[in-house]
Amino acid sequence: MSAAAEREIILKLEDVSKVYSGTVAVKRANFEVRKGAVNVLVGENGAGKSTLMKIIAGVERPTAGRILLEGEEVSFSSSGDAVNRGIGMVFQELNLFGNMSVAENIFATREITNRFGKIDREQQENRAAEFLERLQAGIRPDMLVEDLRIGQQQLVEIAKAVSLDARILIMDEPTSALSAAEVEILFKVIADLKARGVAIVYISHRLEELIRIGDYITVLRDGRITGQEEMKNVDTQWIVRQMIGSDAKDFAKADGHLPGEEIFRAEEICLPRATGGLAVDHVSLSLRAGEILGIYGLMGAGRSELFDCIMGRHGHSTGEIFIGGIKVKERDTTRRIRRGLALIPEDRQREGLVSILSVASNLTLASLSRFARLFHIRGAAERQAVTQMVRELAIKVADPAQEVSSLSGGNQQKVVIGKALLTEPKVLLMDEPSRGIDVGAKADVFRTMRKLSRDGLGILFATSDLDEVMALSDRIAVMSNGKLTGIFDRTEATEAALVAASALGHGPAPYTESPAHD
Amino acid sequence: MTDIPAKASVPSASSGSVLLTLMKLRTFIALIAVLIFFSIAAPNFLSTANLILMSKHVALNAFLAMGMTFVIITGGIDLSVGSIVGLCGMVAGYLVLNGIDLQIGYTIYFNVFEIALITLAVGILIGAVNGLLITRLNVAPFIATLGVLYVARGLALLSSDGRTFPNLVGKPELGTTGFGFLGAGRLLGLPVAIWILIVVALGAAYLAKYTPLGRHIFAVGGNERASRISGVRVNMVKMFVYMFSGFCAAIVGLIISSELMASHPATGESFELNAIAAAVLGGTSMSGGRGTIGGTIVGAFVIGILSDGLVMMGVSSFWQMVIKGLVIIVAVVVDQAQRRLQSRVTLMQMAKAG
Repeated sequence: MSAAAEREIILKLEDVSKVYSGTVAVKRANFEVRKGAVNVLVGENGAGKSTLMKIIAGVERPTAGRILLEGEEVSFSSSGDAVNRGIGMVFQELNLFGNMSVAENIFATREITNRFGKIDREQQENRAAEFLERLQAGIRPDMLVEDLRIGQQQLVEIAKAVSLDARILIMDEPTSALSAAEVEILFKVIADLKARGVAIVYISHRLEELIRIGDYITVLRDGRITGQEEMKNVDTQWIVRQMIGSDAKDFAKADGHLPGEEIFRAEEICLPRATGGLAVDHVSLSLRAGEILGIYGLMGAGRSELFDCIMGRHGHSTGEIFIGGIKVKERDTTRRIRRGLALIPEDRQREGLVSILSVASNLTLASLSRFARLFHIRGAAERQAVTQMVRELAIKVADPAQEVSSLSGGNQQKVVIGKALLTEPKVLLMDEPSRGIDVGAKADVFRTMRKLSRDGLGILFATSDLDEVMALSDRIAVMSNGKLTGIFDRTEATEAALVAASALGHGPAPYTESPAHD
Repeated sequence: MTDIPAKASVPSASSGSVLLTLMKLRTFIALIAVLIFFSIAAPNFLSTANLILMSKHVALNAFLAMGMTFVIITGGIDLSVGSIVGLCGMVAGYLVLNGIDLQIGYTIYFNVFEIALITLAVGILIGAVNGLLITRLNVAPFIATLGVLYVARGLALLSSDGRTFPNLVGKPELGTTGFGFLGAGRLLGLPVAIWILIVVALGAAYLAKYTPLGRHIFAVGGNERASRISGVRVNMVKMFVYMFSGFCAAIVGLIISSELMASHPATGESFELNAIAAAVLGGTSMSGGRGTIGGTIVGAFVIGILSDGLVMMGVSSFWQMVIKGLVIIVAVVVDQAQRRLQSRVTLMQMAKAG
């Protein structure tokens, strides 16, 4: 046992940092990858896992620090560079060409050609078939990728990475879209690769999975590595402790005000998934004025989809919503906003902001009719509202006419919140409001949430951060696989109970409290 | 204590912003450059008669380019404007000559004002068809308006079997006289067409800047998803821009057939390309979200003066095409350079601010 414990280090990161405009994603990380082992990387959303992996795979370049591959310093200028050095990666977001066949995807950029440079389709498909065979997914190499289920696409992505014959294979949340049976197959493939001496870097949220297949574990928190251990020496408690940390984040304190009357109720919300099944499965919940209801769940649990349904973004969703006891008949977003709903979406860049417009235009975008007389925007009224919002939310901006993209992540998020607040909502839906913003801005956002709830707003907020949901919520709802799997009062909620509820009907193995190494 | 780094970065930042200002004013600088060049190179270029003639040419393109600007700002394109010009001209001509036959022995003749309104309505209607194809049936704007380009041109040709409606003077006893006023009339010494341009341009610029609809047009082009979540009625905004583009094209159709006192079904062929060129020259970004009415008008003037000036200098029309193409390409290259410089200057300012 002790001989196997010290496996050879193939890749080493020394003091690696990565800074994006506005945020530090990775801070002076030291990370070792060992041969013939599954090196697990774990951390909360936004902890910097994916960034760290993109640095190893050559997709991103580190701002500072060194990368040592077999003791030799390397610097990758592109992912092709890293592939040539034997580093392959299965990305979290699928990087496939939907318009091409499975075989063409697997051999993209390294097509097998004959003497005249013509692609040898037959040989590509035969080789692809070998890799697919190992994954036993019933995927033919000549199928178009866009015709496959998401889970199958994920398997193609995995087959593509395996086909690289990589010495180091990075898997970023490879099981997020797989069924239980597919996960089992993946684990067999991983065991097979491990036996052949491949170093595997495995990222996942699902603790039960990590404990099952990991050999070494590294925990990241807020861009820093907080723990690195052999898996057999650790238990779930240790992992959670490293992930969350003992130093409490700056959550604004509850002020003890009592929630009022019911302000919002959702009944039997359902949203069918394109691939079959329900993304949101008969969810009903109720929210009182001045109450913060946290919705906890893992990625893909259906939290964002539930919010989308409430906002009327999906015409084919079913179920009813009530505001202040009155049924909301309007089915489109515009009129639901007028009825007092507002959404702060998860993806700031894609759904929250119009990045080429100014801070001021973004702030008032959803509420222009308030400042318009007939069809004329009253400049003075608009400016006054903008100035007030900038002050209230402490948005750091020299001039509101500045483009919103020049702000830091935290200030951009405040702009999105300000935009929602200017519509004078009764119910605020916040989807991962603290994602990807720095500690100071997080504290500001949390303080704002407290203040709004004191002012009588009902707040629904979705998060996959246990710490956050425990500290901020008056009540906690847990979602898993589109279903509401539990509603807890703050006083009775425990982390273990939340995690257990969030794993219901999800992974291959049910969550267990004891370390699963036996 | 932070004096030294601040001082060190001042020269590069300010020289960057001077260059940036020059680049932002590039269309205006180009306009002045062509004016100065032709006033020296072409005799009679600065005569009042020539200036008025030129501005009438420019006006036609400017109308189309304004409609095109809004469409492009939302991230779309309208290829059908040239055909709408042709079809609307034919509609006006047909109504002046024939009226509407009710099939029961009566024919309704309209006066010129009514004819103008009907023609504008036809333009708006075709724009609405574009909009419906794009918003309801999810046809890509390029394809939808390309289809309508052919349909509208075909209808224009069908309306007269490909012949010209000549001699649109109208008959006094039917009350259809006076059609020439739009194209040839003058108010306070300026052609009526120019007055209409001024009114429509001011209206469009006001709309872009001071109305919720205008703000929404930019928002839709900047980020359609975010706009939708913010409650912007994206489909309505898109419908509006194509209908406005159709409206502008109908004005041009009216002015041309009024000026010639005849409607020819092939009128307006390839006008859409000039309109796109003027919009792009004026700083409208093909990827949406950016553009101004003022810039587009200046762009239309640069293109119009360039082609009229070259004609006066006797440059062959083949060379004119080459020169026009080069000007458009240079404009876009400068535009890209400005974007890059701008983002660099912004980053420098951010770094300075800490």
